[in-house]
Amino acid sequence: MTAPLLSIRNLRTWFYTEAGVARAVDGVSFDIGAGETLGLVGESGSGKSVTALSILRLIQPPGRIESGSVIEFDGKDIVTLGDDEIRDIRGNRISMIFQEPMSALNPVFTVGDQVAEVARVHAGVSRKEAWDRAVEMLALTGMPDAESRAKQYPHQLSGGMRQRVLIAMALMMKPALVIADEPTTALDVTIQAQILDLLVDLQKKIGTSILMITHDLGVIAETASRVIVMYAGEVVEQAEVDSLFAKPHHPYTEGLMHSMPHIGHDQERLNVIPGTVPAPTEWPSGCRFRERCPYSWDRCETEHPLLYQIGEDHVSRCHLAIEPDRRNHPHPPVVVEAGVAAA
Amino acid sequence: MNGSAPLVSVRNLKKEFPIRKGILSRQVGAVKAVNDVSFDVARGETLGVVGESGCGKTTTGRAILRLIEPTSGEISFEGRDVRSMGTSELRALRREMQIIFQDPVSSLNPRMSVGAIIREGLTIHKLAEGAAADARVRQLLQEVGLRPEYSNRYPHEFSGGQRQRIGIARALSVEPKFIVCDEPVSALDVSVQAQVINLLEDLQRDHDLTYMFIAHDLSVVEHIADRVAVMYLGKIVELATADDLYREPLMPYTQALLSAVPIADPKARKERILLQGDVPSPANPPSGCVFHPRCHHPAKDAACAAIVPPLEEKTPGHLAACIKQPPTTVSWEQQKEAGGVHPPERYLPLAAVHA
Repeated sequence: MTAPLLSIRNLRTWFYTEAGVARAVDGVSFDIGAGETLGLVGESGSGKSVTALSILRLIQPPGRIESGSVIEFDGKDIVTLGDDEIRDIRGNRISMIFQEPMSALNPVFTVGDQVAEVARVHAGVSRKEAWDRAVEMLALTGMPDAESRAKQYPHQLSGGMRQRVLIAMALMMKPALVIADEPTTALDVTIQAQILDLLVDLQKKIGTSILMITHDLGVIAETASRVIVMYAGEVVEQAEVDSLFAKPHHPYTEGLMHSMPHIGHDQERLNVIPGTVPAPTEWPSGCRFRERCPYSWDRCETEHPLLYQIGEDHVSRCHLAIEPDRRNHPHPPVVVEAGVAAA
Repeated sequence: MNGSAPLVSVRNLKKEFPIRKGILSRQVGAVKAVNDVSFDVARGETLGVVGESGCGKTTTGRAILRLIEPTSGEISFEGRDVRSMGTSELRALRREMQIIFQDPVSSLNPRMSVGAIIREGLTIHKLAEGAAADARVRQLLQEVGLRPEYSNRYPHEFSGGQRQRIGIARALSVEPKFIVCDEPVSALDVSVQAQVINLLEDLQRDHDLTYMFIAHDLSVVEHIADRVAVMYLGKIVELATADDLYREPLMPYTQALLSAVPIADPKARKERILLQGDVPSPANPPSGCVFHPRCHHPAKDAACAAIVPPLEEKTPGHLAACIKQPPTTVSWEQQKEAGGVHPPERYLPLAAVHA
């Protein structure tokens, strides 16, 4: 990786809820390189979306960024920027594509107006020029007949078309980084294929970096060059995409890969990760995955694992890195089924 | 499918939703959500139904249970005519046919305890009461992998996967023969999804259940289904055993659908058949083959826009609706009369094959 575009260090974003302090993002560090697509995988409650929102400082009370830094390429720390400065970054240097295109668009404005607004706010261009740029951008996203589509309202467009509008808005200012939070999860598979191809194509044209957040390992394998796996508010594994899929190290990553059915490789029974993600108000001591892990031993209960370097550009937050023999002796995990502890 | 009579048999099922306009609410058209669909579900099998939003898969599932009244067509369950049933017969039938919904949050009443939710069916169908019902609720909870003491808790206290287990326990409570599973794992995380799929398979084995498994995720359907029906714009366009369908998809739409599935292997990156544009409106479906405007079959021609392709057997037990994939009952002469210029020719793009 070349000099990082964005360096995230020890980011902690906590939510002060009635049930206690939810440590949704709890000490996350990683870099995003210029022009790369970094995949961020994890299930609900892993902290991946809160990480994204923290990068743009979009955390609302009762949540707040507790500590850490998000350093942009020019040395500014987004965490400590003033409101005016952060507004200048959002949608301009760093933009975001959300999962649900219907709720991310304003139903009472035409889609052309909404794309044009980005240019009027950030480039200060005239209404006419902003509109022309919006139509041009919509055409670039493969919207057929962009001129007349721009005059339509969100409800008149299909889900795939709405997602193209969001992509046009996100790329309008040719940002250095686009954060795509589950950009295709709400779409059908053939439309997902269109949108993923479009993102890859536009990335080549504009040279932007993409932080691709998804729960779908297929989407990651097809788009990302490096991957970060999050679990329980932490980064548990980070590697080049080939290395991660060939040799997943962390038992959670391994479990995730084995629990997915693969077309053309049907197995009699799916492997499962027993139990569920613990509540963010009460992360277990030691390793946060240990109760669901088939390899855990006493060390996992007492000692919070570090991110061990296990190969070139490959790190894993698992004590197996220093006691690899333990992998040869799997056992039933403490939690066996949906929240039911073994007797 | 084996020789015995099918459990569920559907013939020429249609469901149209009227489009009304103006102050008089005059009907100006109809959305043909399900447009002439026929299929059987054999006892003990899992029939997968796949397709994208708006293809009619959910409407088909609900029409079988008459949760939606079909416009026309025949539905029979163990030889009984479901469409002509009165209220009391229908109520009795629903003891035998159940449904599991996609969204485990909105399909459970938040004001009822888990025990009350599961008991409701027992009470309505007079299967058990008092202490016997309590015991049955505890047994059902255990069977779906939840603690019996959870019966006093409320749905919001559970995770998505656990709520889906509650929905499954509710469906099982009346000892049904047939369960329509409508996207039962789509809202769940990958690891939880695998747990629920394994549970559904265990229950099928233990209770001789027959499933109609509706989903948009092709890899999940390949795993769980014995046979698979592919729907597009209200029609079944291909129907085959899961093995045949995934090894040799014949309908060009199925081929495109399979090629679009992202593969969780960075070394397997391959070409995709990229479909242009969106699915046309079911209020105004294309003439002839509903897929023809987006079709990539090299022999596609004017005949495809003129002739409605029959769902016909291409190889034993493998049905597809395409007049360009031989063999076809629509003769080359008929195709030429309709403006056809390319004779049918077997076509299988490698992008559609998951080796």
